[in-house]
Amino acid sequence: MGLILLVVIWLITFVSTYFFIAKTWWLPVGASAAAAGIDHHFTVSFILMGAVFVAAQLALGFLVWKYRSGGTASTAEYSHGNAKLEVVWTVLTAVLFVGMNLMSSSIWASERFRAAEANAVHVEVTGMQFAWYFRYPGPDGKFGLTKPELEDASAGGEAALGLDTKDPASKDDVVSGVMVVPVNREVEVILRAHDVIHSFFVPAMRFKQDAVPGLAIHMHFTPIQTGEFEIACAELCGLGHYKMHGMLKVVSQEEFDKWLAAREAEKQ
Amino acid sequence: MATHESGLPGVHAHAAPQGFIRKWVFSLDHKVIGLQYYFLALAAVFVGMFLSLLMRIHLIWPTATLPFLGEIQPATYLSLLTMHGTIMVFFVLTTAPQGGFGNYFLPIQIGAPDMAFPVLNMLSFWTTFLGFIVLLAAFFVTGGAPLHGWTGYAPLSALRSMPGEELGADLWITSIAIFCIGALMGALNFITTTLDMRAKGMSMMRMPLTVWSWFITAILGLLAFGVLLSAGILLLMDRNLGTSFFVPLVTLNGQLTGHKGGSPLLWQHLFWFFGHPEVYIAILPAMGLCSQLLSVFSRKPIFGYKAMVYAMLSIGFLGFMVWGHHMFMSGMSPYTAFAFSIMTMGIGVPSAIKTFNWLGTLWHGRIRFTSPMLFAIGFVSLFVTGGISGPFLAQPVLDIYLHETYFVIAHFHLIMGVASIFGIFAATYYWFPKMFGRMMNETLAKLHFWLTFVGAYAIFMPMHYSGMAGQLRRYSQGTEVAWIKALTPIQVFISIAAFITIASQFIFLFNLFWSMAKGKKASDNPWEATTLEWTTATPPPHDNFGGRTPVVHNGPYEYSVPGAPKDFVMQSDPEIKAKH
Repeated sequence: MGLILLVVIWLITFVSTYFFIAKTWWLPVGASAAAAGIDHHFTVSFILMGAVFVAAQLALGFLVWKYRSGGTASTAEYSHGNAKLEVVWTVLTAVLFVGMNLMSSSIWASERFRAAEANAVHVEVTGMQFAWYFRYPGPDGKFGLTKPELEDASAGGEAALGLDTKDPASKDDVVSGVMVVPVNREVEVILRAHDVIHSFFVPAMRFKQDAVPGLAIHMHFTPIQTGEFEIACAELCGLGHYKMHGMLKVVSQEEFDKWLAAREAEKQ
Repeated sequence: MATHESGLPGVHAHAAPQGFIRKWVFSLDHKVIGLQYYFLALAAVFVGMFLSLLMRIHLIWPTATLPFLGEIQPATYLSLLTMHGTIMVFFVLTTAPQGGFGNYFLPIQIGAPDMAFPVLNMLSFWTTFLGFIVLLAAFFVTGGAPLHGWTGYAPLSALRSMPGEELGADLWITSIAIFCIGALMGALNFITTTLDMRAKGMSMMRMPLTVWSWFITAILGLLAFGVLLSAGILLLMDRNLGTSFFVPLVTLNGQLTGHKGGSPLLWQHLFWFFGHPEVYIAILPAMGLCSQLLSVFSRKPIFGYKAMVYAMLSIGFLGFMVWGHHMFMSGMSPYTAFAFSIMTMGIGVPSAIKTFNWLGTLWHGRIRFTSPMLFAIGFVSLFVTGGISGPFLAQPVLDIYLHETYFVIAHFHLIMGVASIFGIFAATYYWFPKMFGRMMNETLAKLHFWLTFVGAYAIFMPMHYSGMAGQLRRYSQGTEVAWIKALTPIQVFISIAAFITIASQFIFLFNLFWSMAKGKKASDNPWEATTLEWTTATPPPHDNFGGRTPVVHNGPYEYSVPGAPKDFVMQSDPEIKAKH
């Protein structure tokens, strides 16, 4: 029985580890400035935790086989433990876990402790059952007022957001069902939700943040690759949760300007 | 802290009941109440498992027509996951290890004739039972069971926005509130009993680690369930009395709801202030039990008894300071995320100490591969695997990507679900002879172990991979998002593994009931173990020790003591001289 346990535990360990090393299923290619740092820390964490995982499982398999009844030893050793060893592994694990945490804290700080840069593109992202809307402030750089009593979800677009057309700042606001942003420029997203909590998840950008009704959450990321990237809702928001997806288009600055101008023109 | 003498104190001295109702239904006997909790959890686990079966079928065959149930709709899928989580967390993982085995064996292991408050004990069981009935009722009311997930995030859970979020959601939160009341009564009883009812010589540092784990779990329960109860009452008020504790100004399909000023994050804070300690409420008893079993079946004292006690105490203590790690992406201040992250990584330290000590216990042992020992070894393996993914999720910078993916599902199912359930299985196989006077069938038990052990890995290991590839949880279908659609093959593999593992649980069910009637008669101490439950008759008499009051002279894990006549020295044997 000891040998079967050893074989099964070791096999499970090797097969499990193989798929992590082979990266058969893995994160999509990173397309934001933060992705490289985050992915690097994933790798570091996988190496450290993977080593602990493999060592612990191999040791478990080995010990149950080696010290099986009927094995080499005729009696068990009478020992209540070893205080010195306890101190050693307490210190080692504390260094490992806290150290790993500190290694990643600078990335977290740069992502979340500072505000977006001054030249960032501002996009207000609003989640509602079960769609994402993206609003741009237009040339005046100001978002117009929105009022809950003006919301008309079935009408879509500006009406869905409840945009107050009487507010001068709202005249040049552009509302889109697709998120278009320029490459290599920081994007400040202002996350809102109308009804329940949604979560704005763009795997390629390594970006996720809940959109919470009653809060306007400011976050930022910098796309460094052009292309189309899927957006999905990551927080259970009701029946259509699994259908609540959108598209992020990262284009060149010129294309972005052209796109925004065209939308402005449409509006007039 | 008084240790009681024979016949004291009077509160628990009650005569053996005669009638069926007083003996088996409204019993005051902690052993009967323990069995009641156990069978409640057994019924609940099969319901919860059936719901997961339906989920796994729906995920890979969304249009399949099932007998009696028809086609599972996406809305039903959300009800299934909500009810699966709620049933498993409350009525299985909290109920069986603590209410079931804790009730049955804590008094016996400390040499007490019963719990400190037998009437309270009876009430706590029947309250829990009522909670379960109220929860199941949610399936049968108009609109059906709630869809907001077991975490019930507001405003989704606070608004009557869709079928399932009507009466079903009211019943759901009422059931949880009732459960909290039962759990609070139980916690008070466990704490008082441990502190006041220990036999002579049973100092705190001679208590079996199982007793320590139930004791610490009870303290966690006392502090955590009160908070959840309050949160539940506030949520009920938001739903029914027009208050706005958790609901800001929101619109549903463009219509104002009448709520304003509340905070959705407040619910999360209150919920997780309970929710994180709850993880330890589920797993601490399994830790205590597996420590015990590794020692018993390695025929060796537990490695580092004191370290184990301090590790459990620090896990319990730190467990109250880490709830924010569930909320890194919630809109909570990023500065607090940093603090919660450090505390969470800190919990890894006592957890690692425990793992080292388990391996240290096997080291130079003489391991007997009984079925409880196999499950205890399986527990260690699963605890390591489930634990190792924790540090990923505990780092906010990695959680940005992993939050709400299957990586999280894999993590908490392995550690809080499967590892804890392995504790419950191990406890069943270990204590069955004491509870029912017969042995369980070892061949069936081993078959059950292998299928469940390999099955659990086959189900939950691939979830790490799909989580890394971005598979989101609570998605009834993966058809709408390209990157999730690409992960369908993993879903198919997981479902098939789940079908096989679920089917093998019937081996356990059969063995359990078959052995009650037909199992080999058990002796009083079939495992040659040292703790007090093995010194009394099988099954134990009404007052546990047949009028005798045990006196304790030894620690709980005196195995292979040099010079002793046998390879184990009972706690009630004359004091041993051997020094270590």
